Amino acid sequence: MSKKKKGFSRRKFIVRSAIGVGVLLGSGYLAAPYYRRTVAGAVDKAEGMYMGKGQTPPLWFEVKADNQIILYSPKVEMGQGTLTGLAQLATDELEISIEQIQVVHAHTASGNIDQFSTGGSTSISGLWQPLRELAATMREMLKNEAARILQLPVSDLQAANGQITAGDKTITYGEVVAQTEEWTIPKTPELKPIKELKHIGKPLPRLDLKEKVTGAPIFGIDAELPDMLYGAIVRSEKIGARYLDADTSRAENMPGVIKIVKEPDFVGVIADSFTHAENAKLAIRAQWETDRNWQTRDIREMIQVGKGKPVSIQKKGNPGRQLRDETDTIHAEFESPIGAHAQMEPNGALAYVEEDKATVILSTQVTNITRKEVAKRLGFKPDQVDIQPTYLGGGFGRRLHTPHAAQVAVLSRAVGKPVKCFFSRKEEFQHDSFRPPTHHVLKAKLNEAGQIEAMEHNVSSGDVMYGSALLPAFVQKLIGSDVGAWRGGMIQYGAIPNYEAISWRVKLPFATSWWRSLGLLANTFAIESFMDELALKAGKDPVQFRLEHIQDDQRGFRLKEVIKAATEKAKYKDEVVDGRAMGFAASTDVNTPCAQVAEVSIEEGRIKVHKVTCAIDPGIAVNPDQVRAQCEGSINMGLSAAMYEQMEVNDGQLQPIIYGPYRMAMLKDAPKEIDVIILENDDKPGGVGEPPLGPIGAAIANAVFRLTGERLRKMPLEG
Amino acid sequence: MPISFTINGQPQQLEVDENTPLLWVVRDLLDLKGSKFGCGMAACGACTLIIDGEAIRSCTYPVKMAAGKNITTIEGLSAEGQLHPVQQAWMEEIVPQCGYCQSGFIMAAAALLEKHPQPSDQDIDDNILNICRCGTYYRMRKAIHRAAEIKNTQAQNQES
Repeated sequence: MSKKKKGFSRRKFIVRSAIGVGVLLGSGYLAAPYYRRTVAGAVDKAEGMYMGKGQTPPLWFEVKADNQIILYSPKVEMGQGTLTGLAQLATDELEISIEQIQVVHAHTASGNIDQFSTGGSTSISGLWQPLRELAATMREMLKNEAARILQLPVSDLQAANGQITAGDKTITYGEVVAQTEEWTIPKTPELKPIKELKHIGKPLPRLDLKEKVTGAPIFGIDAELPDMLYGAIVRSEKIGARYLDADTSRAENMPGVIKIVKEPDFVGVIADSFTHAENAKLAIRAQWETDRNWQTRDIREMIQVGKGKPVSIQKKGNPGRQLRDETDTIHAEFESPIGAHAQMEPNGALAYVEEDKATVILSTQVTNITRKEVAKRLGFKPDQVDIQPTYLGGGFGRRLHTPHAAQVAVLSRAVGKPVKCFFSRKEEFQHDSFRPPTHHVLKAKLNEAGQIEAMEHNVSSGDVMYGSALLPAFVQKLIGSDVGAWRGGMIQYGAIPNYEAISWRVKLPFATSWWRSLGLLANTFAIESFMDELALKAGKDPVQFRLEHIQDDQRGFRLKEVIKAATEKAKYKDEVVDGRAMGFAASTDVNTPCAQVAEVSIEEGRIKVHKVTCAIDPGIAVNPDQVRAQCEGSINMGLSAAMYEQMEVNDGQLQPIIYGPYRMAMLKDAPKEIDVIILENDDKPGGVGEPPLGPIGAAIANAVFRLTGERLRKMPLEG
Repeated sequence: MPISFTINGQPQQLEVDENTPLLWVVRDLLDLKGSKFGCGMAACGACTLIIDGEAIRSCTYPVKMAAGKNITTIEGLSAEGQLHPVQQAWMEEIVPQCGYCQSGFIMAAAALLEKHPQPSDQDIDDNILNICRCGTYYRMRKAIHRAAEIKNTQAQNQES
């Protein structure tokens, strides 16, 4: 890959006075090579990717006169700690303290636009190299200008703590910027060796802690603009409903109503308060057309291995021939349900459309797609639309789809004022882009030594990435199967001589899409439950059995190491002690292996998880505390989904429509102990936001089998 | 008829539809955005604030019921720039991830400590029934125990 900085090497810099004294660092070079790294080849190993596209002027850093540096992040903060991690990446090369940097979300008008999304556990891994290069380049630029100002050779200068020093002369970055009109961009300097880094690798507290413990108004739903009004959009209760028309006569006379907006594809209302808008919305009688009253059983019938289109996604040897004789083939089936994102902050947007420009403030994981969709709906060019991302009250993939932004923009244009609008919780549950249900068929044959001779994993799943605006249609065709659905569905035991993984694609009548870790949770539940079954059939310890089937390469080494670390720390044993049993499972996702041991008992007929020991190898842990936090959070979210959560389809409606009936883990359900071990057997950071969600369901189910002798084959385990 | 109450130590009088949920009065009329909208059906606890010492889910609490009462929101929890022990403990344990549910949990935990100065794990399980989708429960539990320590130490220091 060429690292030539086209358009970067000799371009003049711009100092923008409107926002104070600012250095704008160009980054157009990022686009091409990082884009090339994507597509199919990178999917399973998930090389971090950043597909940023700089326009003029692309903007990463701003040096303020008080020597504070602002980093404008194209990635959004949804709890995963990305803004803190990016600060750590930048400060080491910038030679500034953590106190000197502030990280904010880049507005799309700045030009620093992420062409892809915040998601896929790729923010830190994708910006690992480019952001450090940008920071190092900027430090050299500051030094070069300091040399000019101080009239000293640049080799005499030292940069530290936001200051440049030569002997007894000192100049701050802010002072350099104030005395510089034009900037020259040097060649990208060499980056510091890992062992010299001061901030990377340290468990620094999150930068957004204070805001988040004091209730600061940092989320999309908190946004306000002067003269703002409140909107509400009517949404159907039924799957596949097409909007026809609406009787709005009653709503028109409701208190506080300012305008009813009827569009060909939706109807909305604008009022002077949230409650007035909601009440008027409920008074609108919309007519819908539906083809069919879907039921849960209809969906289940569609999601069956054998139906839909199969694609072989992984194959070694000839498992088909090995597994032909059914008399010595071990066979097992597993299922997972429809899952809701259920993120705490409802979707919504604050839009202000003026004559020739639009501003939309919202929680989004896809600033660029949101921008395009709003522009298209308004008949604007994308650069007439400024998307201002806020902190997200949870993302988990739900905010990869933001068609509501364009609808709110339409409402704003209708009244010429800012309009804020967001989903009710019922609308969240019925108009989610759900985690698709799955069906898994596993087959295997053991040889005389009790080792797996052949294994096959078939997964049938609703779509995850198909139909998504995130991946261009040609990429979807190129890959040929739904990468999202089979994430975690490949067989990670490379020492098995014959194996195959086959993905069956099903298009469901409601939206299914990316849910944190995508197919990983369900696929790992199936494969790792099956591995325990096979181990017991072979009369072997389940952990030793797994280790025997892992190949001797770097990936295998890292997987073995996390397995050993987790089981040694947990003192894993294959027996029930004081009514508690341990269950084990492991997975590899985005090239990050993770192993977990769950300590479980049955209390009054219900599964109780007491402790989870988790070993993960994300390569370099940029912020070990946040790696831990992501493991703890993933374990609890995965536990919640694996044990309790499921959506049903009743008479065409997705239900339940509220927390509680949509049962989720609460404090009382969460393990009281979570022990996280971080290994770093790679020379760059990998993803951590999703990989630790993989093993938990199978680890719990494997422990339950040990306690009860019953093999749980369906999520939710308590369903 | 105007409705009067005290909020974060300040008397307030408002002309508002008496059935408006208190959450929207607090968020949109008084511009205190720390209390969050999660579900509108008192099922998640994101809107929790404290009324006369009780943790209340304000999204289903008509403002008329607050008349004459004393309301504390997250904005009024810390006094004179000093964070409340629950907030301090939340900082120490680095609890928040996305942060959206955290105000509600912090308010529920603050109310719990008034009744149970040294809450057991069972007290926590029985009383904190909010939902956190990021799954920060492990650190929350540690932070609630830590907050009790901080609060009790502060109380002892004031006595001595």
